Amino acid sequence: MSVLDVRDLQTHFFTDAGVVKAVDGVSFTLGEGEVLGLVGESGSGKSVTGFSILRLVDPPGRVVGGQILFRGQDLAQLSDREMRGLRGNRIAMIFQDPMMTLNPVLRIETQMVEAVRAHERVSAAAARDRAVKALAKVGIPSPEERLEAYPHQFSGGMRQRVAIAIALLNGPDLIVADEPTTALDVTIQSQILAEVQELARETGTALIWITHDLAVVAGLADRISVMYAGRIVESGPTDAVLTAPGHPYTEGLLGSIPGHGRRGERLTQIPGMAPDMTRLPEGCAFAPRCPRTSDTCRITAPGITEIGPGRGLRCHHPSLAEEGTA
Amino acid sequence: MSAMLELHGVSRRFEKKLDGVERLARRLGADLRETCVNAVDAASFTVARGEVVGLVGESGCGKSTLGRMVAGLLPVSEGEIRFEGVDVTDAHSAQARDKRLRIQMIFQDPMSSLNPRLKVAEIVGEAAVYHGLTTRREVAGYVDALLEKVGLDRAFAQRYPHQMSGGQRQRIGIARALAVQPEFLICDESIAALDVSIQAQVINLFQDLRRDLDLTYLFISHDLGVVEHIADRVVVMYLGRIVEIAPTDALFEGPRHPYTQALLDQVPRLGAGRQAFRTVKGEIPSPLNPPPGCHFHPRCPMAGPRCRREVPRTITEGAHSTACHLHDGGVE
Repeated sequence: MSVLDVRDLQTHFFTDAGVVKAVDGVSFTLGEGEVLGLVGESGSGKSVTGFSILRLVDPPGRVVGGQILFRGQDLAQLSDREMRGLRGNRIAMIFQDPMMTLNPVLRIETQMVEAVRAHERVSAAAARDRAVKALAKVGIPSPEERLEAYPHQFSGGMRQRVAIAIALLNGPDLIVADEPTTALDVTIQSQILAEVQELARETGTALIWITHDLAVVAGLADRISVMYAGRIVESGPTDAVLTAPGHPYTEGLLGSIPGHGRRGERLTQIPGMAPDMTRLPEGCAFAPRCPRTSDTCRITAPGITEIGPGRGLRCHHPSLAEEGTA
Repeated sequence: MSAMLELHGVSRRFEKKLDGVERLARRLGADLRETCVNAVDAASFTVARGEVVGLVGESGCGKSTLGRMVAGLLPVSEGEIRFEGVDVTDAHSAQARDKRLRIQMIFQDPMSSLNPRLKVAEIVGEAAVYHGLTTRREVAGYVDALLEKVGLDRAFAQRYPHQMSGGQRQRIGIARALAVQPEFLICDESIAALDVSIQAQVINLFQDLRRDLDLTYLFISHDLGVVEHIADRVVVMYLGRIVEIAPTDALFEGPRHPYTQALLDQVPRLGAGRQAFRTVKGEIPSPLNPPPGCHFHPRCPMAGPRCRREVPRTITEGAHSTACHLHDGGVE
């Protein structure tokens, strides 16, 4: 059975300016030990998807439809109390800013021991032991001593490691990581990616890695889902999506990344900018920026088409089909 | 090409002097000392006219401080910055002031570098009027032309910064810098806060402006992919010191300094497949108390006793210079 099965998730924000469909019919499944890269630009709904899974969406936002099945159990049906029993225990979240996780006025030890004992009846000494092991696992030198420290005594990278250690404390089945390395230097980022990669392999923890950086998930994820304006527009195995993207938005994103062998050339840019989420165009949300727009695109929103094993695409004019006919 | 900008041994120290209570405590025997950070330590390099030089390094390496000194926003503690032969660090000479106007800076976060209470027309036009490049009567047309140059509709002139997206605000930042007709632009992480698709638009804009206006850039960034794309030469900094300077191709194909090698190894890349992330151990040390000798030695896989003892000299071969004992007689 899959660890997580999200079906037609809809999270809307009811603002004065109108209803924002931040997440509008997102579906995906995640198996044990699998790493899903959820990629999108700001405002695409990738973070709200992650927050929805943990039921952390605050008003005026609300999950208005769909199911989030965690090991077969619909999270939307749970009471707040039952949900608290899962959060930080079976499902953990790592935020972009580790200070979202850490309390600035408590020692790391207090916070970690509390996180263990909130879910399990163990002695404080045993909980402390587990905290030391978790800190060692994420590569914090002399973890025994560092337990005594306060969050401000850590550097940014170390703080993020502590946040990851807290997420790992209770051996969760699923970790949702929301841009955890975006604010870090490349050397620190690659240290953390290396550790996370190893952890997912060793412990069988399923991982959702939310990011705007395709290059990061290229080396990390088993599968990629690309989001645009609240919808997954393309998903599939990492290699397939990166080497043969079918959606013009994915193509545009890949073309936007400066890389080897194209020095000084013009980057293929996606014209225009992200749409106003309160006034999404009828039809395909990407149509105004798309090089392949037709009348159909402006009238009807494309549904998801299966174009291969585990590959879905939301486009009237995918590039794969063109290759097929050529 | 002659050098447009020359830096000779430029240093910048930030000192925290003891206050009255601390001085008293020291007199009573407390172990208090003035703390001093060498944010930039004897940096020397040149930028030729028309060239794009990338300045890379991790946070805290001093790259922004160096950029700010070149822009004239921070005084230098030591050394000399020459622009077209004139020492621009001399605050009182009129000639230096004229030269400094030719150097403009574009910041990382356009929201905090644009006055939220001014309309775009004022933000962009103000400096040009002050410096006599246009008149009050003609400034509206002047601003429109600039907006067009950076790819914005002239209707934006009547908007406030908060009414625009991040990418549009960054274009305003660029238009403001261009308003005084500079020849040299310093871009300090100017695209780091933008979405990938918007980043590509702004990078293309920089390339277009370079061609159309004959601009020279100092491009400061932590993103090696962007620097590889845009720069002709790259300067790598670590903890206040320049460790390697090389033409972009040479640097990316054959980095010589172990730090540059580690840095390049760790850039996540597309098309590399599922990669095993290799890591350089440890973190950048505190600049308050930098390691002796070569600053990189505690993290360096090749370090030897000499690295702990002696600051490496800069060795130049052709266009490629490196400050590492490995290329200067060995580490023993």
